[in-house]
Amino acid sequence: MAKTLFDKIWDAHAVSEVKDGPTQLYIDRQFAHEVTSPQAFNGLRERGLGVLRPSKTTATPDHNIPTWDQDKPITDPISKFQVETLTKNCEEYGITLYGLGNNKNGIVHVVGPENGYTLPGMTIVCGDSHTSTHGAFGTIAFGIGTSEVEMVLASQCILQPRPQRMLINIDGDLEKGVASKDIILYIISQLSTGGATGYFVEFAGSAIRALSMEARMTLCNMSIEMGARGGLIAPDQTTFDYIEGREFAPKGEDWEKALEYWATLKTDEGAEFDKTFNFNASDIEPMITYGTNPGMGVGITGSIPTLDDIDEAGQASFKQSMDYMGFQPGDQMIGKKIDYVFVGSCTNGRIEDLRTFCDFIKGKKKADHVTAWFVPGSRRVEKQAQEEGLIKIMTDAGFVMRQPGCSACLAMNDDKVPAGLYSVSTSNRNFEGRQGPGARTLLASVLTAAAAAVTGEVTDPRSLLESSEPALV
Amino acid sequence: MAIEKFLTVTSTCIPLPIENVDTDQIIPARFLKATTKEGFGDNLFRDWRYDKQDQPKPDFVLNDPTYSGEIFVGGKNFGSGSSREHAAWAIAGYGLRVVVSSFFADIFKGNALNNGVLPVQVSEEFLAKLFAAIDADAKTVVTVNLPDQTITIDATSDSEGFDINPYKKNCLLNGYDDIDYLLSNKDKIEEWEKTSFY
Ligand code: SF4
Repeated sequence: MAKTLFDKIWDAHAVSEVKDGPTQLYIDRQFAHEVTSPQAFNGLRERGLGVLRPSKTTATPDHNIPTWDQDKPITDPISKFQVETLTKNCEEYGITLYGLGNNKNGIVHVVGPENGYTLPGMTIVCGDSHTSTHGAFGTIAFGIGTSEVEMVLASQCILQPRPQRMLINIDGDLEKGVASKDIILYIISQLSTGGATGYFVEFAGSAIRALSMEARMTLCNMSIEMGARGGLIAPDQTTFDYIEGREFAPKGEDWEKALEYWATLKTDEGAEFDKTFNFNASDIEPMITYGTNPGMGVGITGSIPTLDDIDEAGQASFKQSMDYMGFQPGDQMIGKKIDYVFVGSCTNGRIEDLRTFCDFIKGKKKADHVTAWFVPGSRRVEKQAQEEGLIKIMTDAGFVMRQPGCSACLAMNDDKVPAGLYSVSTSNRNFEGRQGPGARTLLASVLTAAAAAVTGEVTDPRSLLESSEPALV
Repeated sequence: MAIEKFLTVTSTCIPLPIENVDTDQIIPARFLKATTKEGFGDNLFRDWRYDKQDQPKPDFVLNDPTYSGEIFVGGKNFGSGSSREHAAWAIAGYGLRVVVSSFFADIFKGNALNNGVLPVQVSEEFLAKLFAAIDADAKTVVTVNLPDQTITIDATSDSEGFDINPYKKNCLLNGYDDIDYLLSNKDKIEEWEKTSFY
């Protein structure tokens, strides 16, 4: 029978089916970080259990670490304690840890792919909702809670109800200045933040095929923001080229075998999905959010909906959101003054993002009143930026690059946007207080963030693009 | 750890008729700093509940003595966003045993169930009825019966059935958790590993 890619991977990992219940799914790789893992290790200790397959979990602190002076001891006592607890747990249970200062440290979802841990056909979990990022390689990757982290540590398996399958086709060509971040913000604005809840999404179509690996990661990263359990893309030559030669990727004969297997990882002709959406890439313009969830986005030349556009049950939330953001229904987005720009996170903190940013700001200057943070996704990205001379371009334009970590994406550390101020951010969530208590976040692509950093207000990046083609991110 | 057994809860309700309540609101990131599961209830809805000077905001429902109970009633798409189980710990830690909504985010639903908190998904009509009943009388008593899978507004006997996976229902009724099941299945895990590509 014709099968979807999702079903192929799921079925291959089903160890057993609980009667009238979930599937016992084997997990090939687990990633762990300092914030959602301590209670899982405590749970193991309380039950007197060990870790079944320590080599299948990889850990890196990222959520609550400083992005400055990483070579010095952490000054915040709670952050220090969480990082030390992770180190202690990894030592006790024999789990590989890329601690602060290690040249493989960084945000879990950046570190996994760049070191060749993330491979097509795998099942991948992490106590972090943006685990969906790894779906870009044709994996079933999804975020889990801490109780489930404990399950995976103890048994390398998890119990999961089988989600439904959704296909999202995006065909056609993207306009210059429009990035994969815009595709996903556009889709979420069409489907809403709960529109794909209960589904696992496959992204397909010519516009997806044309994307680089890093751009695909940006797209899959945010599939959780429409409620999806995860999002995946069938692997192809772009995927294989990205993986080849990475440290933990298969080598030699194993590589040949892997290629053979990976070639089978696609949805069969005629396979059925529970729901299908079709979009046209040429309908998408650079996107910006105006509200307090990622579904509240519009094309940058558009305006905020009016109350008449919102159904009755949603009006209280909409009004609360407008109050929080300090916007009026019907407002135009272009020209809104901004205070902060944050470029980074597991959505847009990779080397291509940095290159796109630098291409754009080269020869321009940061607006005086804007505070801009560029936080690389990993030590490797940081090093590449140095080697490629990107840091010099940034410095000349008035920007500073910080050290890797989640930083202002969730503002657990000191990187907080002050209350009431506006931040154009390349991260993935604009929830109330996400970037600091009272902070007002506008989600956008790297290019749109760069344009805002230069002009100090919401700006259509296409209006500032020169004739040279920027890399697609 | 074994979870608390769940049969029937009869209680007044705490209503919050806001849609898309995300887990960053349920428990903001800066409170994710504990390495145990205790104490999160104090910071449940922290930034909606307290002002910048850490004073309770009188108009927020958790600060309004009119409302209390073990049943929380939220708007559509409750618990979206972050996978943080701290949200479920905060809800359980506050003393809530049921969350009612017309739609739940997947990860939140799983996390709640793994902590003995029952997510009860009702129709939009029933949710509207429930909000209206609580609005008219803050002391409205609701019964959530897990064995029968029903939720009832006691005074009017307005009732609706809700779905729950039979396996999860059994876990809640008996206080089992998933690890018990998985570990009883170890031979199957080892058997499966022999066929694994990775
Ligand atoms: S960068 Fe943001 S979204 Fe990504 S893992 Fe870190 S906190 Fe989560």
